[in-house]
Amino acid sequence: MTQRTMTMTTSDLSATNKLEDVQGDNSSFRGLETRAVHAWFGKHHALAGVSLRFPERTVTGLIGPSGCGKSTFIRLLNRMHEFIPSAAMAGSVLLNGSDIYDPSEDPAMIRLKVGMVFQKPNPFPAMTIRENVLAGIKLAHLKRDNHDDIVEQCLTRAGLWKEVKDRLDASGGSLSGGQQQRLCIARSLAVEPQVLLMDEPCSALDPGSTLRIEETIKELAEKITVIIVTHNMQQASRVSDYCAFFLTDGGPGYLVEADSTRKMFTNPSDPRTADYVQGKFG
Amino acid sequence: MTTVETPTPREMTVIYSRADRIFRGIVTAGALTSLLLLGLIASFLIFRSAGTFREFGINFITGTEWFSDGFREVGDESRADNSVFSIGPMIVGSLVVATIAMLFAIPLSIGGALYIEFYAPRSIYRILVAMLDLAAAIPSLIFGLWGIEIFTSFGVRWATFLNDRLGFIPIFSVEFENFGRSPFVAGCVLASLVVPITTSVAREVYSRTPRDLIDTCYALGGSKWGAIRSVVMPYGRSGVIAGAMLGLGRALGETVAIYLMLNLVFTYSYEILDSTGGNVASMIALKFGEATDKEISALIASGLVLFVITLIVNMIASNIVQRTTPRA
Repeated sequence: MTQRTMTMTTSDLSATNKLEDVQGDNSSFRGLETRAVHAWFGKHHALAGVSLRFPERTVTGLIGPSGCGKSTFIRLLNRMHEFIPSAAMAGSVLLNGSDIYDPSEDPAMIRLKVGMVFQKPNPFPAMTIRENVLAGIKLAHLKRDNHDDIVEQCLTRAGLWKEVKDRLDASGGSLSGGQQQRLCIARSLAVEPQVLLMDEPCSALDPGSTLRIEETIKELAEKITVIIVTHNMQQASRVSDYCAFFLTDGGPGYLVEADSTRKMFTNPSDPRTADYVQGKFG
Repeated sequence: MTTVETPTPREMTVIYSRADRIFRGIVTAGALTSLLLLGLIASFLIFRSAGTFREFGINFITGTEWFSDGFREVGDESRADNSVFSIGPMIVGSLVVATIAMLFAIPLSIGGALYIEFYAPRSIYRILVAMLDLAAAIPSLIFGLWGIEIFTSFGVRWATFLNDRLGFIPIFSVEFENFGRSPFVAGCVLASLVVPITTSVAREVYSRTPRDLIDTCYALGGSKWGAIRSVVMPYGRSGVIAGAMLGLGRALGETVAIYLMLNLVFTYSYEILDSTGGNVASMIALKFGEATDKEISALIASGLVLFVITLIVNMIASNIVQRTTPRA
């Protein structure tokens, strides 16, 4: 698997870095792409001019110190940003070439295609494990008749099936923190997203659970695109194919550089990236 | 092999600081005082009403006659005291009117609370919340008076409509068309004075829904209604029930509005559009001024009954809350 992504690296990342020059040939790009994205909260300019490409079936880690706009950025990718009052954005986000902010797009449909897992494990408290997995299907009124298969499949992909298959009717809250987070991943998978956004999914978990989730992420990337915000450099180097480094100088957050994870950790172009990944600041 | 001796658990002691001890004393005194007050109230009620219960027994609760033999001179032993006290219809009336009130108030409150919390434009949100919380703090009588003014015309139209279309169902039939003084319209008025408190509580509870859970619904492609139905309402259920209980307490205990609206009639009546009815609280208010000693004892017994009804309703409600709250 590492081999596959490494071969993709050269072609896709040269495109990423020279994005401004290649505005023309986007129709062929499969995956998620942002173009000169800005974000504001009221008058506060939170994020400035981020252009990035997330090729299909890869894992990209978003790294950088707190407050540099990583979470803001990730919430722009499935239109969760707009739920914050006074939030605004500029630029465009393209999913397989079509702009998700186009007025004709239904945000709910976008979120079906671009799912999200949150920092704190948050299974729905009033629902059983099974109901949690199927919650998205119910919420989005999807027509599915093989519910049992979906539950098994999603829990298997999230690496939780063996642990819970005998107690699917137990409350989601009865699981441990790590299990809960894998349940949340299974819940996101049930609506078959093309992209899964993860906002520091392991920051509330113990090392063992973290490792399980990282394995899950790698397996997920065989089918879908994963974008993960993390403060943990080892985690970024373990799970991601690409990394994007964000920074702020007190003003809006911006993208310093994005490249293959190996290059970012061994020989980054920008000295600030080297300092950050070696733990010299942040 | 060495055998390991199981040690006896050590005693653990706590040393409270001076500030801790003083604060502990204050809160303990406060708690004991309120318990003592409650105990005193209960024993007063029981002591003063004992005579009534001894004389009329269960008939006090089920009977339909209230007659005070008030013309007998004090100490006049020449003839027996023929007073009969029982409050069956008033108990039923209390429950009927309060039920009607809650049937209107609960859906209104839930709808109103959801609107303010999730649909109202941000620009008027703060104003709405402030107004609602203020309204919840206003004495219910104010709303009662307003309700009487408004609902005796509105309510009468609804009552006429119900009677017209559904009059064949016994509870909607009437003997005389005097809808303005019917339990139905009184229930509408009670609803108007219950709604502010229940809405205020419901809104507060809904506003505490973890943002994370709502976001998750959206992230799964859910609509706002989907998020409300699958997260906000289940999360707030127990709180909303608790709020409804506060409202029900008000509805059961409401005195003046009922006193002003209903003809107190001591016959069982389930025709909610008929101009008969009453409730325990308003009956106490009506009779207290000119009551004889014996009648006062009966009125206090009525108070005790109301106290017990409220207690039972609250216990049922907290039971429901416990059973519907998921254990996390």
